[in-house]
Amino acid sequence: MSETDTRTTEETARRPGRERGREDGKFGRYGGQYVPEALMPAISELTDAYERYVLDNEDGFVDEFRERLADFGGRPTPLQRADRLSERYDRDVYLKREDLLHGGAHKLNNALGQVLLAKYMGKERIIAETGAGQHGTATAMAAAHLDMPCTVYMGERDINRQRPNVFRMKLNGSEVKPVTTGRGTLKEAISETMRDWAETVEDTHYVIGSIVGPHPFPVMVRDFQAIISEEAREQAIEKTGGLPTDVVACAGGGSNTMGTFAEFVDDESVALRAVEAGGSTLEVDEEAGVAPNSASLYAGDEGVLHGARTKLLQDSDGQIMESHSISSGLDYAGVGPELAYLVDEGRVEPVAVDDDAALEGFHRLSSTEGIIPALETAHAFGFLEEHHEELGERVVVNVSGRGDKDLDAAIEETDKRDVDGAPDMSMFTGGI
Amino acid sequence: MADADNSEAIAAAFADGPAFVPYLVAGDPDESASTAYVEALDRGGADVIELGLPFSEPIAEGSTIQEALVRSLDAGMTPDRFFAFAEGLDVDAALVCMTYYNLVYQYGSGEARSASNASGDAASTGPRPFVERAAAAGIEGLVVPDLPAEEADPLREACDEFGLDLVFIVAPTTRGDRLDRIMANVSGYVYVQARLGTTGARDDVSDQTTASLGRLREYDVPKAVGFGISTGDHAERIVAGGADGVIVGSALVDVVAEGASEDLPTAEVADRLEALARELKEGAERGYRSRTETVESA
Ligand SMILES: Cc1ncc(COP(=O)(O)O)c(C=O)c1O
Repeated sequence: MSETDTRTTEETARRPGRERGREDGKFGRYGGQYVPEALMPAISELTDAYERYVLDNEDGFVDEFRERLADFGGRPTPLQRADRLSERYDRDVYLKREDLLHGGAHKLNNALGQVLLAKYMGKERIIAETGAGQHGTATAMAAAHLDMPCTVYMGERDINRQRPNVFRMKLNGSEVKPVTTGRGTLKEAISETMRDWAETVEDTHYVIGSIVGPHPFPVMVRDFQAIISEEAREQAIEKTGGLPTDVVACAGGGSNTMGTFAEFVDDESVALRAVEAGGSTLEVDEEAGVAPNSASLYAGDEGVLHGARTKLLQDSDGQIMESHSISSGLDYAGVGPELAYLVDEGRVEPVAVDDDAALEGFHRLSSTEGIIPALETAHAFGFLEEHHEELGERVVVNVSGRGDKDLDAAIEETDKRDVDGAPDMSMFTGGI
Repeated sequence: MADADNSEAIAAAFADGPAFVPYLVAGDPDESASTAYVEALDRGGADVIELGLPFSEPIAEGSTIQEALVRSLDAGMTPDRFFAFAEGLDVDAALVCMTYYNLVYQYGSGEARSASNASGDAASTGPRPFVERAAAAGIEGLVVPDLPAEEADPLREACDEFGLDLVFIVAPTTRGDRLDRIMANVSGYVYVQARLGTTGARDDVSDQTTASLGRLREYDVPKAVGFGISTGDHAERIVAGGADGVIVGSALVDVVAEGASEDLPTAEVADRLEALARELKEGAERGYRSRTETVESA
């Protein structure tokens, strides 16, 4: 049995595996606080609140957070053996079922943590940005649960790709503001939310959706998401008698990845694989300023975006490229500074999976295991199919979210291709 | 401690009377019109001109300037073209470049990378090549709104080396240690943000400005107030309230935007800019006179 059982809440919050970046927001050369001066006071206030409530459990913050995650969120989520996939790949494949968390994705861990923190800080209003709509949905749910008004910024293009989530946010009483600049995806939505925050910092908290942005966001979001690996590690030991050989998670901004890796980083025997969106190709079009992928760990260069120094998809002048992925939740030109650092250190291996392989992964998990994954998550299963021979005997894959939100997009994308194992819908269309 | 007068041209602009500091995005809506517009501001009485070099993610900017940055980017603006643009200007005012840190940091990195591949060294990116090129183009100062004083050492050193001023923005919420740290790094002038939020023209002058100027009184650096100033009256009140200069961006960019959307002749837009510049400059001077008169009669 793992030693974590004897730890108090405070000790758990202060686990050594999560010391990186806490002191000064730096992960080697990455991280920092590159924001307009108007935001600096809010960021210092937040750093202070993070230290007091999240690290030191002041006023019982961590206890309340854990309790709400259990009762409202439905934690712990199971670690399930995937029998058909295990047979297919001839090794044990375990699924960490974050798709079963309330709202259908890992995003609630962070959203609930931050909205609760905002409440402890005495803030009166919540703003957030969203790509897939999954973080926006989680924030809207947490805000409704904790009775806080909430505004969510979302790129126009993403609104069109993710209508069910827009409806869910509105059902929960949040305002959804379309962002029309640029290509209308996550990058533009983050910029727009930062602008709102610059004007309203005094009474508003910005619930950033991943391990990106200025310190303390990358460490704080990691700490809220680390519950995934904390549970997965204990469950793996309990179920299988030992640590996994490999842990796999998809990476957009990287909150799912870091949450799934955090407790394993110090377990040197465990290989950590961050699966990025390879889009249509890993080539970039410098002239057009477009990267037809979102593989910033794999293909990006160091730079400064949205408050942190990290790996970015950018042209040689330093202009940020428009990224692409079949899944809007991975469609971002940057990535968390901690992941960038762990990749440079050789601790995390970045891998890219393209749109086609992700879509096949989507169909494969659905038909073999009865689990319809988010298109984001499907990238991890695309990786499994392509690289299983390189993996050890016991693999944990994080199912970061469920695919209900993606059915429209999946139908549209499936129609465009000849996808192995996809349902034949031809007899149901037209005619009648 | 920063050298407070790196650029003599900027120091001179604040030396006698209030400085009028207009901002336009270089290359908005295209380079030739933009050249005419910047020169019109100079004729209208600009002492320092802030030229925006567009970045794709301008998080400190409101919609007016954001759209101008997009127009300029769409017309093909790059850092190299920006420097050529600055070199081609015929103006008396001192030029300051306003941009975001990623562009400053990346400049020349392509060459550094290929050179380092050849030599086997690690790529040397950093702010120095950008500052060196800016100095050669006649730029006298830099404003980088997403670079906090804590991260500014490399840029500060490069600016000192090439004689550029590094201007920092102070927000209504900045005080205590942060204010000291910023003021220890600033040179040329300090950009006093008149109110919270992003850039954008407003109709009122906030009380926050007066409070900010009060907090800054003990620091011996010219104080230029910006964010939301759009008329001669505003400029007058701001300078009467103790500012050493006024920075005006969105109100001028609005004139350019209208010209672009209505397809007006460049000369007509330039005339409007010159007239608005003159109004602002005269407002600032009235404010200055009323201040000195008050002091004399006191
Ligand atoms: C289901 C799901 N998985 C993964 C991600 C990727 O985001 P991140 O890498 O920040 O966790 C998202 C983002 O919206 C998501 O909705």
